[in-house]
Amino acid sequence: MNAETGNPSAAAAVEVREVEKVFGPPTTGARALAGVSLNILDNEFFTLLGPSGCGKTTLLRIIAGFETVTSGRVFLFGDEIEDLPPNKRPVNTVFQQYALFPHMSVAENVAFGLHRLRHPKAEVAKRVDEALDLVQLGEFAARRPSQLSGGQQQRVALARALAPRPKVLLLDEPLSALDLKLRQAMRVELKSLQEETGITFIFVTHDQEEALTMSDRIAVMSRGEVQQIGTAHDIYDRPRNRFVADFIGETNLLDVTVENVDDGSVACRLQDGGLLQATPSGEAAAGTAGHVSIRPEQLVLVPPQEPALMQGVVDRLIYLGTDNQHLVQLADGSEIRVRTQAAQQAEKDFAPGDKVGIRVNPGTARLLVD
Amino acid sequence: MAGGVSSSGGHSVSSAYAAVRNWLLAPSWITIAIFMLGPVLLMAVYSFLTKEFRGGVLWEFSLASYDQFFFDRGLFGDEPPKLHWTYLAIYLRSFIQASVATLLCLAIGFPTAYFIATRPASTRMVWLFLITIPYWVNLLIRTVSMKFLIRDTGPINEWLISFGLLEAPIKMVNTDFAVQLGLFYSYLPFMVLPIYAAVERYDFALSEAAADLYADRWTTLWLVLLPAVRPGIIAGCILVFVPSLGAFLAPDLLGGAKNFMIGSLIEEQFKGAAGNWPFGAACAMVLLTMVLVAVFLYARQQAANARGGG
Repeated sequence: MNAETGNPSAAAAVEVREVEKVFGPPTTGARALAGVSLNILDNEFFTLLGPSGCGKTTLLRIIAGFETVTSGRVFLFGDEIEDLPPNKRPVNTVFQQYALFPHMSVAENVAFGLHRLRHPKAEVAKRVDEALDLVQLGEFAARRPSQLSGGQQQRVALARALAPRPKVLLLDEPLSALDLKLRQAMRVELKSLQEETGITFIFVTHDQEEALTMSDRIAVMSRGEVQQIGTAHDIYDRPRNRFVADFIGETNLLDVTVENVDDGSVACRLQDGGLLQATPSGEAAAGTAGHVSIRPEQLVLVPPQEPALMQGVVDRLIYLGTDNQHLVQLADGSEIRVRTQAAQQAEKDFAPGDKVGIRVNPGTARLLVD
Repeated sequence: MAGGVSSSGGHSVSSAYAAVRNWLLAPSWITIAIFMLGPVLLMAVYSFLTKEFRGGVLWEFSLASYDQFFFDRGLFGDEPPKLHWTYLAIYLRSFIQASVATLLCLAIGFPTAYFIATRPASTRMVWLFLITIPYWVNLLIRTVSMKFLIRDTGPINEWLISFGLLEAPIKMVNTDFAVQLGLFYSYLPFMVLPIYAAVERYDFALSEAAADLYADRWTTLWLVLLPAVRPGIIAGCILVFVPSLGAFLAPDLLGGAKNFMIGSLIEEQFKGAAGNWPFGAACAMVLLTMVLVAVFLYARQQAANARGGG
C-alpha cells in the first residue's frame, strides 16, 4: 500500500474504491459502474438503492465475485479481493430467485456450503439445525424446495447463506418475488436477523420503502454512480440532488432563482413571484437558477383569502386510505401535490374546483444545487 | 329439480368432451397399434415358425430358431444341450461396442452441448445447424466416405506417411476402431441435442450459488450441473445406445466380416445368403427381450432411488 492509494479503511467490512465496470469492449461497451467508491462498515445493514440499470446489482455481483472489475479495487476487511474467485471469498449471497438446488432437500441445501468448507459431519448437522431454526423452518428439513411456498424458499435461501457464517451477507432483491404482506413481514425479520447475527448485510433493492425501513445506511445509485450515501433520514429530508429528491418518496420540484444567501438559509424567488426560505444542498450563489424540493406532506392548504405562498385550484382529490392527496393546479399550469392526513383533516379538505392557498411548513423546503 | 337438471347437463357435457378427446387421440392410437405393435407381434410369431428354403416360412410351430441361437447340439438331440457361443459372442461384442460408442458420444457430446447452450441466444441456432449439416447426406454415403478416409491409402495414412510420422499405413479399416468411429460419428447428434435442450433450460444461477457456497468448478459440475441435466444425459445415452446396438451399416462397411454385430447378423437372415426369416426374427426377439429387461431393471432402481431420496 503506498501513500497515493492509501491503506484500506480498517473499520470497513467492505471497501469499494474507484470501481468501474464496462460490459463489452472497453471503449464502446455499456458502462455499468462509472467509478464507485464506498465504505460499508462492520455490522451494518447497508442498502444499494436505485432504479433498474443503475448498477446496484453489478456492484453486488462484483463484491460476490461473479463479475470482475474493469478497474478499481475491492477490499474485504482490509484484504484486497477483486482477483479472488467467488468460492474463495468469505461472503455468501441470497439470490433474487433463491437458486435453491432442486435435487437436494432443504437440509442438504443448507449443508452445501458447510460441506465444501470441510466441517466435520456432526458440526454440519448442528449448524444446519441452527440455521433452519433461525428462519423457523426446522420441520421442513427433509422437504424438497419445490414442496415449499415462495416465502419458505426465501427462508431456506437465507438459512443456506447464513449457515457458513459469512463475514458479509449479500442480498440481491430477495423480497421482490414475494407478495406484499409477506414482504412487509420479511423486512422486519431481515432487520432483526441482521441484529441477532451481527453479520454485515449488503442489500440491493429498487424499492425505496424497503430501503428506508431496514437500512442503517443507504447508497442511492443512478447511471452507475453513487448519488448520495446516508441514513434514511439523511436522504429523505436532505436529498443532495434532484435525482435523490425525486427517487426517494414523493416530492414537488419548483423552479426558482436564488435571491439571497444567508448562512445555512437561502431565499428563493418562485416563478409566480413568491419568496421561499430553503436549506441548500450545497454551495448556492445569488442569481443562479435551481430547484426547490418540498415533500407533499409539508404543504398545507388554506382558504384563498388567507396569506399563503402560492395560489391554485384543486384539480383532483385522491383518497389513499391514511392520506388524502390533492392535486393543485397553479396559475402557470404546473401541478403541486399536497398530502393531508385523512383522519384529522376532514373539515379542511377542499373539493375539486376550489380555489386554495398553499403554505410551506417552515424549514422543510430544500434547494437543490446541481 | 333444478339442481338435478344442471348436474346431469354438466355430466353430459363433460362426457361429450371426453368422447371428442378420445376421437382426436384415435390417429395416435391407431398409428402406434399398426406401426409399432404390429411389426413386433409379427416378429414374435415368425420367430416360432419353421424355415423353408429360399427365405420362405412354413406355418408350423417350431422352436428351432431359438434352439439354433442358444444351443450347440440341439436341445432335443440325444446328447445334453450345450450353450452355443457364436451368437452370444456377437451380442456381447455388440453390447460392448454400443456402450463404448455411448460413452464416447457422452464425453464429446456433453462439452459440445454445454458450449452451444452457453453461447448468446442469437448464435446458438447457427451452432445447432452446423451440428446437423452432415445429416443432410445419406448415412450410407457418409459411412462409405469414412472408409475412404481411413483406408490404408486414404488421406489420413497418406498424410501421416508424407509428413514422415509413419513408415507404413496404420490398418484402420476392418477393425473395432473403425466400427467405433462409424458409430460415434453416426450418433453423436443424438447425444448433443437432448443434452443441449437440458443445459439450455438449466438455471445458471445454480452454478453461481454453488460457487458462492465455496464449491470449485468440478464440485459444481458433479453436484449441481450434472444432476440438473441428468434427464437430458439419460435421453442422449438411450438415443445413442439403442441404435448403436442394432446398427449394421458401420459394422458392415467399416468392420468387415470379423467384426460382426447384431445388426449385420439379423440383416443377413433377411436379405443375405442365409435367408432364414424365423432365425432372424428370433435374433431380434432376443435383443428386444434383453433391452426390455435392462430398461425394466433401470426403472425399478430409479424408483427405489426416488423413494430413498425423497
